[in-house]
Amino acid sequence: MTARAQFDADIDAALADAPLQRALADVPAGFVAGRRRAREELPEFEPLRRVGRDIRDHALAHLDLYLEAFEGNATKAGSRVHWAASGDDACRIVLDICRAAGARTITKSKSMVSEEIELRERLQDAEFDVVETDLGEYLVQIRNEKPSHIIAPAIHMRAEDVANVFRRQHGHLAADRQLDTPEKMIAEARGILRDKFLAADVGITGANFLVAETGSAIIVTNEGNADLTMSLPKVHVILTSIDKVVPTFNDAWPLLRLLARSATGQAFTAYTTIVTGPRQPTDPDGPEQCHIVLLDNGRTELLASEMRSVLRCIRCGACMNHCPVYCSIGGHAYNSVYPGPIGAALSPALAGAGQAAHLAEASTFCGRCEQVCPVEIPLVSVMRQWRSLALEQPRSRRARLMLHAWARLAQHPRIYRWCAGIAARSLKWLAGSGARIRRLPFLHAWTDYRDLAAPQGGTFQQQWAQRDRKRAQRDRADVSAARARKSDSAP
Amino acid sequence: MPSEATCAEAVAERIAHPLQHWPLRSIRADEPAGVSKQALIGRFKAQLGRLGADLIEVGSVAEIPAALANYVAANVADDAAGLARIRMGSDAFLAALPWSSTSGLEIATGKAEAADVIGVSRAIAGVAETGTLVLVSGADNPVTLGYLPETHIVVLEAGAIVASYEEAMQSVLVATGGRMPRTVNLITGASRTGDIGGKIVMGAHGPRRVAVVLWAA
Repeated sequence: MTARAQFDADIDAALADAPLQRALADVPAGFVAGRRRAREELPEFEPLRRVGRDIRDHALAHLDLYLEAFEGNATKAGSRVHWAASGDDACRIVLDICRAAGARTITKSKSMVSEEIELRERLQDAEFDVVETDLGEYLVQIRNEKPSHIIAPAIHMRAEDVANVFRRQHGHLAADRQLDTPEKMIAEARGILRDKFLAADVGITGANFLVAETGSAIIVTNEGNADLTMSLPKVHVILTSIDKVVPTFNDAWPLLRLLARSATGQAFTAYTTIVTGPRQPTDPDGPEQCHIVLLDNGRTELLASEMRSVLRCIRCGACMNHCPVYCSIGGHAYNSVYPGPIGAALSPALAGAGQAAHLAEASTFCGRCEQVCPVEIPLVSVMRQWRSLALEQPRSRRARLMLHAWARLAQHPRIYRWCAGIAARSLKWLAGSGARIRRLPFLHAWTDYRDLAAPQGGTFQQQWAQRDRKRAQRDRADVSAARARKSDSAP
Repeated sequence: MPSEATCAEAVAERIAHPLQHWPLRSIRADEPAGVSKQALIGRFKAQLGRLGADLIEVGSVAEIPAALANYVAANVADDAAGLARIRMGSDAFLAALPWSSTSGLEIATGKAEAADVIGVSRAIAGVAETGTLVLVSGADNPVTLGYLPETHIVVLEAGAIVASYEEAMQSVLVATGGRMPRTVNLITGASRTGDIGGKIVMGAHGPRRVAVVLWAA
C-alpha cells in the first residue's frame, strides 16, 4: 500500500474509533481554551508573535554563524559538541557515548528529535534498558505506540487505558490495588520511575532552545523529569536539531513567553532550566560529562528552500490543537513524527516528499493554524506548495483527468460561470426543501463524514455581481439625495 | 546578498549587544521611573497564589527558622521521634540563620539523597511576571534539593524580586561574578502533569509542594 493509500485507510479507522473520538473531544479543546485565556491576560501577545518571528528569522538567516558561536562557547563551558548529518549518524553518536560510559540504564526526557530518529528503539536493540520519564512518553513506550501529539504524547489514551496498561506492565505490584483516579496512577508511575532515575548511568534530554552567547541549552518540562534526567546520572546527552539556536538570552525570553502560553495556556512552564556544560569543580551534584548532539536530517536543505519559515517552529503544538482535521482524526493517522499542520509542512522535508507530501491534503486551509502560530509560520501556503509538488507524483488516471478538466474550467471564466450555475441549481434541487445534502452521487467521499450545505441563492459570482449592482444603485441614490439637500439649503 | 564579513559582524554585534525586547506593557508602569518594588512584590505573590505555591511571609531574617519549622509541622508528617529532617546546601545565608532558636527540625547538609523529604534552597531572584523562582546550581544550593524531595522550601528576599527574566538573569550573573553556573533553574510552581485524562495533578516526579519563605528586612 502506498503511504497515501495507508493515510486514507488510517483516517477511516480513526473516525470510526469511538474511544479515540471521546479522548479527542475534550483535551485539544482544553488547550484551546487555555491559550485563549493566556492570550487575553497578556495585552502584548500579538506584537510578541511578531517579535518571535523576527528573532527566529534572524537566527535562521545566520544559522551557520550562530551554530559556530554556539559550538565555541559550549566547548569553552566543557560540553562536547557532536554534529550529525542524518538520524543514523545521531543514533551512532549516542550509542557510542552510552557504550563508552559503560551504561546499563538510560533515562530519557521527551524529545521529538529522538522520536524522529527512533533513538529509543536503536538503544533498546543494543540491549540498553531505556526508560522514557515524561509520563505521557512512558505510557506510549509501555503500550508500544508512537506519540500522537508533540506536547501531549498520550492524548489519545483515556484514564482507563492507562489503568489497564499499568496492571499489565507493573505485574510486581498488588493485583487488587486501586487505580481509579489519575492521582493514584501518577503516584504509581512516580515510584516506578524514581527507581530508574536513581539507577540511570546516562540521561538523554532534548533542548527547546540553544543560546549562542554562552553555549547553553534551555530545556522546559512541567514534571521536572528533564532535571532529574540530566542531574542524577554521570553523563548527560542533549540531543536536538540545528534549527534551535538563538543569539542571546534576550532572544530566548520572548520565545519562552510565547511557548507555554501557546502550548498549554500556562504563563510559564513549571521548570525552565538553562544548562551550561557538566558539573563544575565545587558542584556536589550534576553529570561529569555533557554531550550536545546537533542533528541536521534535511534541515539544511529546508533552510535553502522557499519553505524556510517552517524552521521557525518552536514546537508548541497550537497548530494541531486548533486544527479541525487533527481534532477529528488524532495524531496517529498522520503516520508521521510531527502530526497536524506543522507535520504536513515539515515532514515532507524530513522524510521525503514521496513519503509525506500527501499530508498537506489533510487540511481545509481554514487558516486557524496560522492565526495561532506563535512565530507566524505561513502554514497554509507551505502546505499549498507541498500540494503542488505532490502533483508531480504519479497518480491514478482518474485523478489526472479530473485535475486537467478542473484546470481547463478554471482558465475559461465564461464556461466556469455556466457550469457553476448548473451545479448550484442541481445541488439546490438535490437538497429539496432541506438546507443540507446528506449524500452526493459520485462524491460520497465528501458526504460520508459530513453534510454539504446546499446553495441558498445563485452562485458566488452571481451574488457578487448583484451586490455590486445594488451598491451602485445606492451610491446613485445617495448622490441625488445630497444634491437635493444642497439645492434646498441654497440661499 | 550581504557579504560573509558583514554577516559575521552582524552576528558578533548581536551577541555583544543583545536586543532589548523588554519591558512588557502589562508590567511596565506608566510612570517613566518604572514599577515600584511594592507593586512587583504584590504581583509576585499573586502569581505564586495562582500557581498553588504556599507563601510564608516573615518580617526579619531571625524569624525564618521558626516560620519554616511551623510550616513543616503543619504540612509535612514528621518521624517517630517528632523530628522533621530538612536538607540544605552550604549557602552562607542559610547557614547563618538562628536554627538553634527552634526545635523539631533536624538539619542535614549536602546534595539531596533518595530518602530526603524536604529540601531547602535560597533563590537568587524572583520574577514578578510569572511568580518564578530563580536558583543556581552549586555547593551552596545543590540542584537536586529542588527535584528529589516531595517538599521544596525556597527562601527569597523580597528585595530580590524583579520584573522580568531579563533582569533576573542579570541578578544571576552578579551573584556568580559573571560565570554561568551548570544550571540556572527557573521554577514556577510545583511539579505537575496533565498526561492522564487531561487532568492537572501535582507531584509528577519532582516536589508535590513548593513553599516560598519571603523575608523583608
